[in-house]
Amino acid sequence: MLRISLDRLIAIALLLPSLVAVGIFVYGFIGWTAYVSLSNWNTFVPDLSFAGLTNYLALMRSFRFQADLRNTLIFTFTFLAASLGIGLLLAVLLDQRVRGEAVFRNIFLFPMAISFIVTGVTWQWLLNPSTGVNLLFDQVGLGFLKSRWYTDPSIAIFSVVLAAVWQMSGFTMAMYLAGLRGVPDELLEAARVDGATEWQVYRYVILPLLHPVTLSAVIVLGHISLKIFDLVYAMTGSGPAFSTDVPGVFMFETTFRGNRFAEGAAISMIMLLLVAILIVPYLWYTMRTEAGP
Amino acid sequence: MSRRICIPLLVTALLLWLSGVEALQAGAAKQLEIFSWWTAGGEAEGLNALFSVYKKKYPDVEIMNAAVAGGAGAAAKAVLKTRMQGGNPPDSFQVHGGAELIETWVKTGFMEPITSLAQTEGWLKVIPKDLVEMVSYQGQVYAIPANVHRGNVLWYNKRIFDQNNLKPPATWDDFFKVAETLKGKGITPLSLGDKLKWEAAHLFEDILLATLGPEGYNGLWTGKTSWTGSGVKRALETFAKALQYVNSDHAALVWDQAAQMLIDGKAAMNVMGDWVAGYFTAKGWKPNVDYGFLPAPGTKGSFVIVTDTFGLPKKAPHREQALNWLRIVGSKEGQEAFNPKKGSICARTDCDKAKFDVYLQSSMADFARDKLVPSEVHGSAAPETFATEFNDILNVFVTRRDVGAAQKALQEACVRAKMCK
Repeated sequence: MLRISLDRLIAIALLLPSLVAVGIFVYGFIGWTAYVSLSNWNTFVPDLSFAGLTNYLALMRSFRFQADLRNTLIFTFTFLAASLGIGLLLAVLLDQRVRGEAVFRNIFLFPMAISFIVTGVTWQWLLNPSTGVNLLFDQVGLGFLKSRWYTDPSIAIFSVVLAAVWQMSGFTMAMYLAGLRGVPDELLEAARVDGATEWQVYRYVILPLLHPVTLSAVIVLGHISLKIFDLVYAMTGSGPAFSTDVPGVFMFETTFRGNRFAEGAAISMIMLLLVAILIVPYLWYTMRTEAGP
Repeated sequence: MSRRICIPLLVTALLLWLSGVEALQAGAAKQLEIFSWWTAGGEAEGLNALFSVYKKKYPDVEIMNAAVAGGAGAAAKAVLKTRMQGGNPPDSFQVHGGAELIETWVKTGFMEPITSLAQTEGWLKVIPKDLVEMVSYQGQVYAIPANVHRGNVLWYNKRIFDQNNLKPPATWDDFFKVAETLKGKGITPLSLGDKLKWEAAHLFEDILLATLGPEGYNGLWTGKTSWTGSGVKRALETFAKALQYVNSDHAALVWDQAAQMLIDGKAAMNVMGDWVAGYFTAKGWKPNVDYGFLPAPGTKGSFVIVTDTFGLPKKAPHREQALNWLRIVGSKEGQEAFNPKKGSICARTDCDKAKFDVYLQSSMADFARDKLVPSEVHGSAAPETFATEFNDILNVFVTRRDVGAAQKALQEACVRAKMCK
């Protein structure tokens, strides 16, 4: 009895520092940001008088913030769809026990090891309309593929998606590959014995078993894309007419260049809300499944 | 089990001890921490030249160079603001004279006046009155200008102009004639790289000055000139027309890549501040041989000032050394060491001309003679709140070219920044 409580005491003592640190530096600061976002602090000197929802209303009216929300949605959907699709395709191909699998696996995974800043700078050069891949297209006679890339406001955001997918699809490939390897052979054998075609095996046996992997990948990639800052900042900045602007960039400029701290805090809170919409149902779901039978 | 606990504890204890030691050392030795965004090329060389002048006079002081990289100081300013609000200022920091200094730091009570220093050092006699006013608030001087850049310059490729028998344009009407000729020959008339947004705003600022004249231009920042009036309307229309003559990949480039287009012979003209001259020099391009220069169209007689200044933060940890630093920055010796390397001219009017190249000498002559006006884009004319929105509005305008919408947005931004009612 004494033994157990001593263990417990040590456990609590060891957890306490991190609990306190997380409490202050994560939840405390979220609370502080929420408080600032409701204040009048829009000059360099702190002014914490209550302003209600003024900052949020100003944001909703702002042309730039409307563009930001639109861009975030487009970016998140296309980035998720493309990363998952390409990741799954690569994983299925690699799962065919090809020769040199390790080499291919590493090639596809390597981009993930690079920081978003490096990716951004590199793709900025690659997609530069006058010096990048357009020159290559010209030389091999594929001139019709030439594009103005991120200098064309109507497709600029997709140039950023291209770079992000290049970087992260290797990650989804690795996750799907692990998932595929985890599918028990007996199930596949059973399906084949029952006369299922290879397509049916994938459609009705393997894909349903990969659902948890897809869910994890959506969570990981989704929160990256909703908060994306470094890639955009390094690659295109705000882009022509804010065609590649995202809330993170707007928040940085509003707060640290424009000295509008309360508005910057309001942008942060909306970003938190967007991520919460994605994460909270997931947490709820996992907690229920863990607690359930 | 016990080792697992012990090692993290030991590491933590060691870290705490080390940080304590560091804090003690900082208090003991004579130190000077200077904050800037001069980290590369001629800028870093100029800063080092200033440091060596300081070292010669005060050899026992250890100088800490707290420079943060990043063009136009975007990243550095964010770091500085965090430090100042946290009550941990450097001993002195680089700040653009005018609104950026006064609105962000002086009115908010972060700076100590240096009026008596300015008087005893005799700065007020050698620095033009317009410039002293840009670093003053309610009769007190708050910073010493280290240098002066000119914002309104038209740069052109001399070979292209000679080959086509063209004269560099003095007004925007001339510009459009020249541009039409060049376009007909397949040469991009005007190079622009506005990936960072401020470059387009910079071009527009020079057009505003050309359209409104110095008086009307200055009125924009006090509410005397209306943003919704016919003057700004004409300026926006000229800007929209000028944008028809720029390179199509402008949104992918930054200012130095736009300057490079002149060197490569891909474009004939560029409107930018005279840090471009420093870029040309670094690339081996010579003034009056390879490139020519004249005031941006329609702005002859006006000198758009971009000035870097240093002041004294209230809680400067090493006040004595900081005051000595300001003495060096304001001295003739310091400015003559710094400016030829930085590619700017002295804020003092008594510097030795022989130390500067052809372009800077002509800039010095204009500086002594012209009407000095502050730059909006570079933080001197209006509060940073407005400057940020100004860039945003013009970034949209470059794509949409909607004059009415831009005027309305500029007026709203002006009200939000409390410059007009």
